[in-house]
Amino acid sequence: MKLLEYQGRILFKNYGIPVKEGDVAKSPEEAYEIHKRLNKKVVIKAQVPVGGRGKAGGIKLSEKPEETKELAEKILSLTIKSYPVKKVLVAEAAEIKKEMYISLTLDRRTGKVLLMAIKEGGIEVEEIAKERPEAIYTDYIPILRGLSPYQIRNVSEFLFDGEKDLKKEFSGILLKMWKLFRECDANLVEINPLAVCEDGKLWAIDSKIILDDNASFRYPECVPDRDMDYENLKEFEAKEHGLSYVKLEGKVGCCVNGAGLAMATMDTLKKFGGEPANFLDIGGSSSPEKVKAAMRILLSDKNVKSVFFNIFGGITRCDDVANGMVSAFQELKPELPIVVRLTGTNEEEGRKILEQSGLKIYPAKSMDEGAKLAVQFAEKT
Amino acid sequence: MAILLSNDTRVVVQGITGRDGSFHAKKMREYGTKVVAGVTPGKGGQSVDGIPVFNSVFEAVKKEGANTSIIFVPAKFAKDAIYESIDAGIKLIVVITEGIPAQDMAEIMDYISGKDTRIIGPNCPGVIAPEIAKVGIMPGHIFKKGPIGVVSRSGTLTYEVVHHLTVSNLGQSTAIGIGGDPIIGTRFIDILELFEKDPETEGIVLIGEIGGTDEEDAAEFIKKNISKPVVAFIAGRTAPPEKRMGHAGAIIEGGKGTAESKIKALNSANVSVASLPSEVAELMKQRLKT
Repeated sequence: MKLLEYQGRILFKNYGIPVKEGDVAKSPEEAYEIHKRLNKKVVIKAQVPVGGRGKAGGIKLSEKPEETKELAEKILSLTIKSYPVKKVLVAEAAEIKKEMYISLTLDRRTGKVLLMAIKEGGIEVEEIAKERPEAIYTDYIPILRGLSPYQIRNVSEFLFDGEKDLKKEFSGILLKMWKLFRECDANLVEINPLAVCEDGKLWAIDSKIILDDNASFRYPECVPDRDMDYENLKEFEAKEHGLSYVKLEGKVGCCVNGAGLAMATMDTLKKFGGEPANFLDIGGSSSPEKVKAAMRILLSDKNVKSVFFNIFGGITRCDDVANGMVSAFQELKPELPIVVRLTGTNEEEGRKILEQSGLKIYPAKSMDEGAKLAVQFAEKT
Repeated sequence: MAILLSNDTRVVVQGITGRDGSFHAKKMREYGTKVVAGVTPGKGGQSVDGIPVFNSVFEAVKKEGANTSIIFVPAKFAKDAIYESIDAGIKLIVVITEGIPAQDMAEIMDYISGKDTRIIGPNCPGVIAPEIAKVGIMPGHIFKKGPIGVVSRSGTLTYEVVHHLTVSNLGQSTAIGIGGDPIIGTRFIDILELFEKDPETEGIVLIGEIGGTDEEDAAEFIKKNISKPVVAFIAGRTAPPEKRMGHAGAIIEGGKGTAESKIKALNSANVSVASLPSEVAELMKQRLKT
């Protein structure tokens, strides 16, 4: 789960990482009220789960509540990288003297926690990594041992040289970041920028936090709920049914068991001149109910002109999938051409179920054949 | 000879009384695997299809000589199950469970560093050495003994590729699913090294996907250390950025982990990269000829 900035701020506050006063608003009126309450110059920031907000006009400064109202209205009408802005953060504007970058990431290659620091802030870390990797301070933290005092000393020295007070303040923030990282099962905790402000103290001016979905069962209470304003409802519905769905723009709906095969199916459709309408993995042990739910989601996408079921039974049993298809057909009565490829565990039983059902489906012997057929149907209509 | 498994492989199934555990314990035994014990805490003394169930892995090791474990325990409890296997002296631990928190796996990898324990997975289909043993959930009948080593981050996509290999008369020495999670016990390079040393393996098939940089690391490794022909397929050329594609580890983040980058790296290591799963077998045939 990728947290929005305002959600990340909630966690920062909870862990004692300093953030400027502010609150989130869903309307220009709410933004106005927040500004009035703060009674200071504010920054209004679009809340979207992507970067590049400033360039898109999603971040503005404002002196007066009336101005804030107007600006909030404008920002709330923006769409940034396909995300309509549904909320804005209104926070005390910071007067930044010096800014820097600090993050903790779970490193896939080493299984350790990667600490990164840069003496500049508000920058794109990916770009710096490409252009000037030497500007990035890195250190690895073995997860069981944790962040050792010497590691904190070294990175503090890198960022602040001899500035004793700031070093001390920073050490505290880094320890709190570490605590948050571990307790909330984060994949990433990033403060960019972390800034020395007019009061000479350190403040987290932005937050970027990604938590591990697999650990949601043990998130501490301070972790905010998913912001449903920014969830794709169909992707969310799919998740509730134990399916994994990502909407795309093409015309061929596909339903596959297994993530790798599902991606390969999309690639194959493309190779034969089609465009996949989605990624949909019905997972390992697929019950007929799951297949039904999958079908409902596919058919609700109006772009879909044909559907390709690509099933290679391992744990998934082909007869389960066939049964699910039959009951889904009876309930949903799809009018689209549906191509089915069933191979693997109980494939004979599965094929028999489909044949005896009298359903109008197009069987395919292989993935390539099925993909070609589904693309042809989609292009015809 | 195969890698990882042999005729001495004696398997304990952790989570044997669950739905998947009991089903696959039976399937593995039917395949010819020596499934010598099961473990479910609190259910010791029972049996599942004649396989004795113990309360702990320690007992399974002591009484039945288990040296390999396969884990079907639910994600919440999987870390404990893996620790138990490590401490009981199991040398090969295959973790089928999907949904284990990444930091749990990071802790486990930290714990076993310096030990001679090997973990495969999690979120993987396991390992199969045709005609020797199957420690996994793959449909055994699609595999056939032969000279090709297969290593993959995916389950069903592996079956798809193996199916083509088998019908093209390219049997497999060993096939390993290393899993679709961000933190995994065994990576491509570990398996590549084992295949290079295995006299029975003549060619290697590597099946990757978007996310992370394991394929790029594999390419570097192949350049330096692998003399056998390698054919690859990378899934997710059409995957959008910043979206998790089913597997916890299959995501393009901050421009990293794209299929293009992986394919480019592999090509530069003289790996033949197929554009369709069905092309892998043909490419391998060509590579073996030359």
